[in-house]
Amino acid sequence: MMARITFQKLDDHSSFFWGLLAIHAVVIALGLGAFLYMEHHGHIVTGMNNAIVWGTPHVFAVFLIVAASGALNVASISSVFNNLAYKPFARLSGILAISLLIGGLMVLVLDLGRPERLTVAMTTYNFKSIFAWNIYLYTGFVVIVAAYLFTMMDRSMSKSGAATKTMGWFAFVWRLALTTGTGSIFGFLVAREAYDTALMAPLFIAASFLYGLAFTVLVLLTVCRETRTNLMSEEMIEKFRGLMIIFALSVLYFTAVKHLTSLYAAEHHGVEAFILWNGGIYTASFWLGHVLIGNVLPIVILAFLAGENKVLTGRTGIAISSVLALVGGLAFMYVTIIGGQAYPLDLLPGMEVESSFLDGVVASYTPTLPEVLLGIAGVSVAMLVTGLALKVMPFLPRAAQPE
Amino acid sequence: MSMKFEFPETCSEGAACGCAESDARPVAVAPAPTDVEHATVNVDPVEVGRRWFLKASAAFTTTILAPGVTLMAFGEADSAHAKPADQPVSAKQRWGLLIDAGKCEQGCKACVTACNEENGIATPKNLATDAQWIRTLQVKNPENGSTFQMPFMCQHCSEPPCVDVCPTGASFRRADGIVLVDRHICIGCRYCMMACPYKARSFVHEPLHDQKPEVPRGKGCVESCTMCVHRVDEGGTPACVEACAKTGNAAMIFGDLHDPNSEIAKRIATYRTTRVRADLGTDPGVFYQNI
Ligand code: SF4
Ligand code: SF4
Repeated sequence: MMARITFQKLDDHSSFFWGLLAIHAVVIALGLGAFLYMEHHGHIVTGMNNAIVWGTPHVFAVFLIVAASGALNVASISSVFNNLAYKPFARLSGILAISLLIGGLMVLVLDLGRPERLTVAMTTYNFKSIFAWNIYLYTGFVVIVAAYLFTMMDRSMSKSGAATKTMGWFAFVWRLALTTGTGSIFGFLVAREAYDTALMAPLFIAASFLYGLAFTVLVLLTVCRETRTNLMSEEMIEKFRGLMIIFALSVLYFTAVKHLTSLYAAEHHGVEAFILWNGGIYTASFWLGHVLIGNVLPIVILAFLAGENKVLTGRTGIAISSVLALVGGLAFMYVTIIGGQAYPLDLLPGMEVESSFLDGVVASYTPTLPEVLLGIAGVSVAMLVTGLALKVMPFLPRAAQPE
Repeated sequence: MSMKFEFPETCSEGAACGCAESDARPVAVAPAPTDVEHATVNVDPVEVGRRWFLKASAAFTTTILAPGVTLMAFGEADSAHAKPADQPVSAKQRWGLLIDAGKCEQGCKACVTACNEENGIATPKNLATDAQWIRTLQVKNPENGSTFQMPFMCQHCSEPPCVDVCPTGASFRRADGIVLVDRHICIGCRYCMMACPYKARSFVHEPLHDQKPEVPRGKGCVESCTMCVHRVDEGGTPACVEACAKTGNAAMIFGDLHDPNSEIAKRIATYRTTRVRADLGTDPGVFYQNI
């Protein structure tokens, strides 16, 4: 029989906890400073230009938004698929999803050319734009997940479980729409050969599962240290290990399908060769970052090196794999977002084109410190919001109870 | 009903912006001067308060519930202040260009220089980040080594991807086919630049100086060839076309694609013309010969 789950806030603070929060606060301050600097001088102080119009901030923003929807996984598995083992972590998963989304959106907004016109974006609205739809998908996500958390935490509502289940379903469907929407931002760009595939959405969904789980695991391990208790039983570690292997395999699978189908279409040979073979930093990000570090290594570690009587404990193995998956995730965003823009547009197929506007050549882009700081600040915002939320409300389970 | 998009007259950004526009988006105004004037004269303070309240609550609710409605509500309110139109913009016309690459002289940059001068664009120093509304493409056929040059700018698509993706509607297509960015509601998200298949747009990466009052531009916004809309609306032709004619090359002609008697329409009906990447379904308003 399963023990009744009780929840706790973080209230006994170690210097470790405050230290972490302080680091995040400093990073956020640096990021805001970077924003003011960019805002004052214009985007000229970034590495972006008229060919690479979305730079490092977008890499972080899209990464966080994708991870946000994935972070909800644990909650979904618990209430939608009725798996009680995940229930203790459902609340954490919800609040983490909201925090990651807030972090990503902050970066997205602060990277606008005219961030002070955000109200314009919210009042004048072009229904045809998938970008505009995303504004609603994102705000809706926060509201729905918050309501979902409420049904989990409110005494009378959580008793019956019906409300939680309904909201859980709703949030589950919504997060799929959200990731599809984010993937479609790229899918809609007919002129950009790198994105010209319907496989963008499933690939993003698979990636979101992986990154969301990696964030969840890392946050859990960090708070374990803070509460000095073992929040995750060995069985739970085993479950997360299995899930992560499956998610990484599916990312690899969709990556392979996407590139193989693109190779099949002759007009995409150029861009495929660029990403897979001769694109320099983008090829490296793809193979070393996305494929090797982000997926193959975590799979190898989790499947062969970690677990009982192996080189690594399950806990260490999953911690290392999570970090690797997130690093690989950033590389995946980098090659997708920036590599996709760096490859020149084909203005006159079959002809060689040159111009003062740098047509026909691979665009160069070197990120500058301010944009990197702004991007990292997004991650810190997500972590700080999570940290503070864990402090003010009971999102965390008490120590793992043997089943 | 014929409509015209107009920029109202003063800019609230003052010195920071330096342009002669208000922060309102160009609104569709009906060419009915008397009605419009009437609405402006009768300003009742209670009515103003009520309108303000309605606007604010409309903005609030629509943000949450039904966006899109606001655009209409605001458009209506603002149209009361707009100047009556002398020349309505109508879908009867479609302004376009026909460019004969065969007549474009190798090395000539007259159109580019004229565009920069007309629109207050500095000669680009940083080729990657400075604005370029028009450029000349140097084209080489790798199969036989033949080369030619052609001017290239916003293709004023009638199915413009830039307009489709723009979240705020700052990118818009006028009824007469000219595609513009309303620089007062552009939030600088650059999604339109991602979507444009022609790399026609520039993002303003730095603060601007010495702007032309008739050509509003601004840091942090996206911009592109306006087909010299300020000249066209006064019955003129784009600066590039004029400059090209002056060189004697006369490689570009401007005109109404919908008027069967215009020179441009006649030529397009007679000669074989090409539109760049027509396969993408953007239906450009710029036609080329000999490419
Ligand atoms: S050329 Fe580009 S910027 Fe111009 S209308 Fe077409 S899509 Fe828009
Ligand atoms: S940069 Fe401006 S014009 Fe372009 S899509 Fe964004 S808001 Fe619209």
